[in-house]
Amino acid sequence: MSNGSVVVQGGSLALKPGYADHAADALRDLRQSGDAVDFEVEHHHDVASTIQLGFWIYLMSDCLLFSGLFATYAVLSGHTAGGPSGSQLFDLPSVLVETMFLLFSSFTCGLATLAMNANKARATVGWFAVTFLLGLGFLVMEVREFAHMVSIGAGPSHSAFLSSFFTLVATHGLHVTCGLIFMAVMMVAVLRKGLTDTNRARLNCLSLFWHFLDIIWVGVFSLVYLFGVVH
Amino acid sequence: MNVANESVVGHAPHGAHGGHAHGGGHGATHKSYLIGFLLAIIMTAIPFALVMEHAVAGTPLVIAFFAIAQIVVHVTYFLHVNGSPEQRWNLTALLYTAVVVCIIIGGSLWIMYHLDLNMMPGMPHGRVP
Repeated sequence: MSNGSVVVQGGSLALKPGYADHAADALRDLRQSGDAVDFEVEHHHDVASTIQLGFWIYLMSDCLLFSGLFATYAVLSGHTAGGPSGSQLFDLPSVLVETMFLLFSSFTCGLATLAMNANKARATVGWFAVTFLLGLGFLVMEVREFAHMVSIGAGPSHSAFLSSFFTLVATHGLHVTCGLIFMAVMMVAVLRKGLTDTNRARLNCLSLFWHFLDIIWVGVFSLVYLFGVVH
Repeated sequence: MNVANESVVGHAPHGAHGGHAHGGGHGATHKSYLIGFLLAIIMTAIPFALVMEHAVAGTPLVIAFFAIAQIVVHVTYFLHVNGSPEQRWNLTALLYTAVVVCIIIGGSLWIMYHLDLNMMPGMPHGRVP
């Protein structure tokens, strides 16, 4: 942008008489319109904002993907084909522990964001490490639950209910896995290069992603597990 | 251009540039995260306790209410989406998504429920009383 305005000023200089006066005007305009540093800041700011809006749009489209899976599950949840139903399969206390893992990790992710805002690189990495461990704990519990269900013959191929259950919950688990990989990469990046503008923009996206996964889990916890046991 | 999105999480990448008061946090504070966290725990615990106690008719409604309330809490206190002008597009996208999600889930349930009813075994095809 700064280059653009200089060129326009230069163009008007060449066309008009009173060269020296115009040159002085042009210089003054240039100073008033902000020095190079300000342009840099504005530029970075715009890019970071645009990245975040773009990532937000991605999250919303992901939300639509999940809504399709939720709708499928809601429609098929009663179709157990003579097999076990949700209330026979789900172990609510362990699901509550999973939920708490994710909820705590959302909180520590927030603390990591605050540490980043305060320019504390080590604290940022530390809180993300805690978030990572909590997320990993969630994932391990989920995989164990799946393994247990498959081992007692209630695998995804058993009934429409179980197919839709595994699709919905495993898609969420896959997102959590991606989030953990994203987080590990970002921890290494911050340790190596510090809290650069690029890293900040990416960390903001990461925290959005992580909070978003927690929101999806609220839906899973309520619609799949709580409703499943009530019915 | 700044209108697009001052920041979703409530802060812009500043700090590295001294003397510029951009961002500064539209609510991303320890307090907001703590409030959101406590509210979320309460809103998880209440429906969970109801289900574990095998309580009362109307539990599904309570579960649905707390699920929606908790989502609102998460969006407000963790994602820091609010009605400020900088976040107009975030909010617009979010509301649009909410409408589409309601149509997809509600519409699927509505259609499939009636389809199930009309295809009950023993029922004559065609007209439903």
